[in-house]
Amino acid sequence: MSLKRLAGYGPAVVLTVAIFLLWELVVRANLVNSHLLPAPIAIMQALVDNWDVLSVHTLQTSLETVLGLAIATVFGLGLAILLDLSPWIRKSVYPLLITSQTIPMVALAPLLVIWFGLDLTPKIIVVTLYCFFPIAVACADGLASTDPELMKLLHSMRASRWQTLWLVRLPGALPSFFSGLRIAATYSVTGAIVGEYVAAEQGLGLYMKTSASSNAIVLVFAAIVVTALLSLFLFGLVSLIEYIALPWQQRFGQKR
Amino acid sequence: MHDPQKDDLKLVVKGVTRTFSAGRRQLEALAPLDLTVGQGEFVSLIGPSGCGKSTLFNIVAGVDTPTTGAVAIEGDWQGERAGKVGYMPQQPLLLPWRTAEENVMLGLDVRRVPQKEARQQAHELLKRFGLLEFADSYPATLSGGMRQRIALLRTILFNASFLLLDEPFGALDALTRITLQMWLLDLLESFHSSVLFITHDVREAILLSDRIYVLSARPASVLRIVDVDLPRPRRQQMLAEARAVELEQELILLLMKEQPL
Ligand SMILES: Nc1ncnc2c1ncn2[C@@H]1O[C@H](COP(=O)(O)OP(=O)(O)OP(=O)(O)O)[C@@H](O)[C@H]1O
Ligand SMILES: [Mg+2]
Repeated sequence: MSLKRLAGYGPAVVLTVAIFLLWELVVRANLVNSHLLPAPIAIMQALVDNWDVLSVHTLQTSLETVLGLAIATVFGLGLAILLDLSPWIRKSVYPLLITSQTIPMVALAPLLVIWFGLDLTPKIIVVTLYCFFPIAVACADGLASTDPELMKLLHSMRASRWQTLWLVRLPGALPSFFSGLRIAATYSVTGAIVGEYVAAEQGLGLYMKTSASSNAIVLVFAAIVVTALLSLFLFGLVSLIEYIALPWQQRFGQKR
Repeated sequence: MHDPQKDDLKLVVKGVTRTFSAGRRQLEALAPLDLTVGQGEFVSLIGPSGCGKSTLFNIVAGVDTPTTGAVAIEGDWQGERAGKVGYMPQQPLLLPWRTAEENVMLGLDVRRVPQKEARQQAHELLKRFGLLEFADSYPATLSGGMRQRIALLRTILFNASFLLLDEPFGALDALTRITLQMWLLDLLESFHSSVLFITHDVREAILLSDRIYVLSARPASVLRIVDVDLPRPRRQQMLAEARAVELEQELILLLMKEQPL
C-alpha cells in the first residue's frame, strides 16, 4: 500500500483516537460510573485477560459468518442472473425479495432454532438472509446497466445469450457485485451474533448475552470490540479480493 | 455501372426503410434506400448528423431489421446477417477488464476458438501492425488513437472480409486521424476487405473511398453517388490535386444544402 493511501486514513485515525481519549477522560474524571460504562483501557485489559475464552467464541462466530457469507454470495449471484433472465421473472420475484427483507430477524431466529436445532445451521441461515439481498440487488443492477451498444456489438457477432452474459455482462457487473459484497460483509457478523443471541452453545452472541445477564458489562464491551474488529477484517478482506480480482479498475484510477 | 442483381456484390441494400415508433409519433429514419458494395470495394457514406447512418449499419449488421425492403450479403437475401460482418460501432467499446490483446480476440471467443489459438492469432495481428508493445495494456491506459486501432483489429479478427466502420476516426485530432487513415489503408490492403464506412469528413471520404454515397437529412435517401478516381495506393498529398479539390468543393456544397440552419 502506498504512503498516499495510508495518509488517506489519517483523519479517521485522528477522530477515532480523539473519541476514545475523550471517553477515557470522562470515565476517569468519574463523570460516569465506571462499572456501567467501562473506560477503553479497562475494556482492552478485559479483552486480553479473557482472550482464552473469547477466542473460542470468536472462532465459532467467524465460522458461521464466513459460511453464511459464502452461501449468500453464491445465492445472491444466482438470484441476480435469474432476475436478469426475463422481465417476467424480475417482476414476479423482486417484490418477494423486498418483502423477505422486512421480516424482523429477531422474530425469525427463534423459529429457525426450533426447526434446525442449536448447531450451526440456524446461524448460517440468518447470516445468509442478511447478506444475500445487497449482493443480489447490486449484481442485478450491474447486469442491467450493461451498455446497450455493447449488446449490439455482441449481437452482431452472433453471440449466444450465455456468451453475452459470460463474456461481457458478468465481468462488467463485477464492480457492482463487489460493492454489494462489501456491504454484505459488514452485515454478516451482526447476523451471526443475532442468531447466537437467540440460542447457541458457543459464539460471541452467547458470550455477550451471558456477560450481560451476569452484569459483567466490561466483557460485553470486550465482545463488541472483537465483533467490530471482525467486521472490519472481513470488509478489508473483500476489498483485498476486489483489488486482486479487478486489476484493471484500481491500478489506473476508476475511469469509466 | 453496378447492377444490384449481380451476385458477386458483397452487399446489396434494396428499398430499405426504418420507422421508429416513439410513443404516438412515428419517426422515419430511412427513406427507401438503395446501396451496393462490390467485392474489395471501399464505400463511404456521408450525410448530416442524425440522418440515419448508424440505423442503416445496425440493419446491415443484422442487429436491427428493416421496416420494409431487403438486404443481401454475398447474394444471400434470406439468411441471418449477424456474424457475417465485422461491425465497429461508433464508440470503440473496448472491454475495460480485458487487455488490448484480449480485446482483439473477443470475436474469436464468441466463435469458440480455443483460447491458445485465439491468443496466438491476436498476438500475430498486433505484431504485424506494430502494436505489440501495447498487447498487455488495459484500454484505460491507451490513447484515443490506440484504442481505435485496437477496436479496428478486433473487428478485423472477427471478420476481415466485410467491414462496417461507423465513424472510426470521428473523435481524433487531425494528425492522429491522418496517421490512422494511412494505417487503415495499409490494413485493408493486406486483407482485401470490402468496407462500408461512415464519416462526416469529406476529405477523409475522398482519401479512402472508391465510391461515396451522399445522404440527405433524415429520413436518409441517396442524394448522389460519386466515384473517386484517384489512383491507389492513396497518399495524403493526393488531396491537393485539382480533381480532389474540385470533388471536395462539390461534396461540401451538396452537404451544406442538407444542413439545417
Ligand atoms: N431505437 C431508436 N428509437 C427511436 N429513434 C431512434 C432509435 N435509433 C435512432 N433513432 C433516431 O433515428 C435518427 C437517426 O439516428 P442515427 O443514429 O441512425 O443517426 P446518424 O446518422 O448515425 O447520426 P450521427 O451522425 O450523429 O451518428 C435519429 O433522429 C435518432 O434519434
Ligand atoms: Mg451514428
